[in-house]
Amino acid sequence: MNTLFDKIWDSHVVQIVDDGPTQLYIDRLYMHEVTSPQAFDALRDKGIKAFRPERIVAMPDHNTPSDQQEVINDPVGKKQVETLARNCAEFGIRHFAMGTKDNGIIHVVGPEKALSLPGMTIVCGDSHTSTHGAVGALAMGIGTSEVAEVLASQCILQSKPKSMRINIEGELQPGVTAKDVALYIMAQMTTAGATGYAVEYAGSTIRNMSMEGRLTLSNLSIEMGSRAGIIAPDETTFAWLKGREYAPKGEAWDKAVEEWKKLKSGDDAVFDKEVSFRAEDIEPRITYGTNPGAGIAVGGAIPTLEGLDDAQQKQLMAQLEYMQFLPGEVLEGKPVDYVFLGACTNGRIEDFRAFASVVKGKKKAEHVVAWLNPGSWLVRQQIIDEGIDKILAEAGFELRLPSCSACLAMNPDKVPAGKLAISTSNRNFVGRQGPGARTILASPLTVAASAITGVITDPRKI
Amino acid sequence: MAKQKFNIIESTCLPIQIDNCNTDLIIPARYLASTTRDPKFFGDAFMHDLRYAADGTPVDDFVMNQNPFSETPSEGVREIIIGGQNWGSGSSREHAAWAIAGYGVRVVISSSFADIHRNNLLNCFVLPVVVSEDFQQELFATIAADANAKVRVDVPEQTVTNLTTGRSEHFEINGYKKYCLMNALDDIDFLMENTAKIEAYEQQA
Repeated sequence: MNTLFDKIWDSHVVQIVDDGPTQLYIDRLYMHEVTSPQAFDALRDKGIKAFRPERIVAMPDHNTPSDQQEVINDPVGKKQVETLARNCAEFGIRHFAMGTKDNGIIHVVGPEKALSLPGMTIVCGDSHTSTHGAVGALAMGIGTSEVAEVLASQCILQSKPKSMRINIEGELQPGVTAKDVALYIMAQMTTAGATGYAVEYAGSTIRNMSMEGRLTLSNLSIEMGSRAGIIAPDETTFAWLKGREYAPKGEAWDKAVEEWKKLKSGDDAVFDKEVSFRAEDIEPRITYGTNPGAGIAVGGAIPTLEGLDDAQQKQLMAQLEYMQFLPGEVLEGKPVDYVFLGACTNGRIEDFRAFASVVKGKKKAEHVVAWLNPGSWLVRQQIIDEGIDKILAEAGFELRLPSCSACLAMNPDKVPAGKLAISTSNRNFVGRQGPGARTILASPLTVAASAITGVITDPRKI
Repeated sequence: MAKQKFNIIESTCLPIQIDNCNTDLIIPARYLASTTRDPKFFGDAFMHDLRYAADGTPVDDFVMNQNPFSETPSEGVREIIIGGQNWGSGSSREHAAWAIAGYGVRVVISSSFADIHRNNLLNCFVLPVVVSEDFQQELFATIAADANAKVRVDVPEQTVTNLTTGRSEHFEINGYKKYCLMNALDDIDFLMENTAKIEAYEQQA
């Protein structure tokens, strides 16, 4: 009761269906090319138009290549991107086309253009929509049928999730980032630990975290099962949003900030569940298995089979067999083949600054293939404006174009079978970065350190 | 997806005993670029990379390639999947639900589902049924002993029954969704009837 989540949810209730879900009004629908074509078809089937097209923003990101963006060579991917453009034209929806300065990964572009604002309800046919919760919005991933619902009515039917507050107190150690915080929480909570809940992140660690860090943390909420990861907006949020393209301007801005200041859980707020962690317990993290919760400190050892029942042993061994690791093995110092910086998780300017701070004046290990993908054209421009591209080039790294890239292998950036990638993306699932590809998740600092040494490296030791 | 009215389903089962079976496993990303709605396209891609090796040959030790589990629902059997816990975690891709529906499955039974996937299944007229972990393990054991053991899912009564042991559990579904499933109605139909309420909300917001 009286949580930030309740406040946003309750103010968007159109009606509560008898013995059923809540009909929730949606302020912003984002669409990308992968989860939208069948939704548009559903509207065409019923002969209906988009109900509030002005509340919808679309852009392709999953299929877009990152070496050039003149053409998509895969005919299926090409058709999907063209279909989005055509559907947006037909239904009167704002569309940021591939290769234009407005384009990028939807969860990077939305916040950075202030299309996502505090207090909003935001949905997209993408589980990482939780990202937008970092600005103080209720943002959730949905399926394509639900995308069609929002297109048709600007509403979805949802059962109200339970509420959970995750408190993190204290100061993060040097070399520890928001990504490490998220990987640490996931390992404690497991990948289903927050299923059925909407999470709010709170505590001094969060208050001291930059917006980029908060966006990373909220992004990964779904990896422990929570569809939403909300952070109460504060001066950091307002300062970050102010002046951005679609942010309110002048008097409207001042009025909006006054309203946004009310968006926090009350002192008397009651959550269905509360969990607390201490920042000083968190070290740079890596994953060793095939779900994001299978993680350890970068210098730690993979769990042994001791104390596990038969089923647990079988599941751990299946993961390790795929990863070609052993129970009890230490991964620090192990050679890596690929490094990937980018994705909606870590494709923002701060991530590139962090990466550059490690590689500056050093050289990329020769055998390592590195893909560095800004999350948007705006981020890419900022990288160039700050001279980060030169630092990267001198260290032997090429800056690529905005795309989801190797996060999910729906474009030419695929990690080959059997190769080991250390990646700032969000999922280490079997085949996620390409059939047979093996993925270790880590922060931009850890990925940068590993790119230089060519082996898994603790960023505090370089 | 085809909307079939739900009532009582009695069927042999396909056991997929994988915990945290994520939607990337249920359908790999490369099948997501399609703009089709063809159920067969998605049904053929269901669990593809566990069913087939990189060269396209069937993986013998995966359950879906083993007799009699290789029989498909289109052959009149195995309309029920018994899945591991946290079924459908990860990506929101409804393609995973399309793959399950396209394969011919009408019910997925597990001890827990990821939230987005559970909603997607319902919207694709596949019923997700949550049972206790103990019952889930009993179902796996029953099918391990007799591959043709049957399970009965009674939607009106909201019960799931292991017909071998006679054990039965109640399952939850809200009255609205139950009505939708039993009458083959989708959420858009409902929302389109409520436009006046949406406009009233917009007026006061």
